[in-house]
Amino acid sequence: MLLTRKVEFSAALVCSNPAWSEAENRRVYGGNANPNGHGHNFMLEVTVEGQPDAVTGMVFDLRELKEILNQEVVEPMDHRFLNREVPPFDRVVPTAENIAREIWTRIETRVRRPNVRLRNVRLYETADLYVDYGGQG
Amino acid sequence: MRGVRLTRRYRFAASHRLDSPALSAEENRKLYGKCNNPYGHGHDYSLEISVEGPLNADGMVVDREALDGLVEERILRLLDHKNLNQDVPEFEGVVPTTENLASAIERRLRQHWNLAPRLARIRIAETDRNVFEMEAPF
Repeated sequence: MLLTRKVEFSAALVCSNPAWSEAENRRVYGGNANPNGHGHNFMLEVTVEGQPDAVTGMVFDLRELKEILNQEVVEPMDHRFLNREVPPFDRVVPTAENIAREIWTRIETRVRRPNVRLRNVRLYETADLYVDYGGQG
Repeated sequence: MRGVRLTRRYRFAASHRLDSPALSAEENRKLYGKCNNPYGHGHDYSLEISVEGPLNADGMVVDREALDGLVEERILRLLDHKNLNQDVPEFEGVVPTTENLASAIERRLRQHWNLAPRLARIRIAETDRNVFEMEAPF
C-alpha cells in the first residue's frame, strides 16, 4: 500500500552556474537565473510503500512522518534562500530536479523500516510544473 | 522509473461534438447524450506532458523552453480555440472523444519529438471529473 504525505515550503533560489556569464545562465535557466533570486511555494508529496502493520493498522506513523519531513525539509528550507543558506545548494544548482533528489537523500534512510521503503518524491515548483524522483539515476 | 520525471501542465480551450458516423442519429443520442448536441459544446482541457530521463549537466531533465516550444508549436497551436471536429485533421470521420484526443496528441508529439528525455506520459482532463492517461510504452 502507498501512503502519501504533503508538506509545503516557500523558498528563494537562483538557478545559475557560477562558471558561466549572466547571458549564458539566462539562456539555460531563463528567468530562474536572476542573480538576486526569485521564489516559489514548493509543494512536496512524499510517498512511502509498505504493508499496514498487523497491530496498528498503519503503514507508517503519520506523526513520525510529519516530524521527519519537518526536520529534514521544512525547518531547513522554509523561508530560506536555498543557495545561501541550505547546503548543498551553495554548489548544486537548485533546479526542481536537484531539490527533489536532495530531499530523497535526506529522508530515504529515515523512513526505511523492515517493511517500509520510500517510493517517490514529488515536488511541485508551481501548480503547472512538478518532478517525480524514485531514487534511481 | 530511472532518472527524474518532469511534468508540465498546459491548458487549451476547444469545442467538439461526439457523433459516430457508424451509428444512427438515435443511437448517437442515446450513447453520447448531451455530448451529441448537434451544435457542439466546449471544454477547458488541462494537458499534462511528462518526460523522463537522466539529469543533464545543467541539473535538469529537460530544457523548459524547449518542451514548452514543442508543445506550443505542435499541440496547442493546433487545438487551442478550435473546433476539434472541423479544424483538426485527425477528427475527420473520427469521434473527438478525449481518448482519441490523447492518442492524437501522443502521435503528434512522437512524430516531432526532438528532446533528449523520453516522452513518458500524457494526462488530459476534459473537466476536473474526467481524466485520461497514457503511459509509455505507447
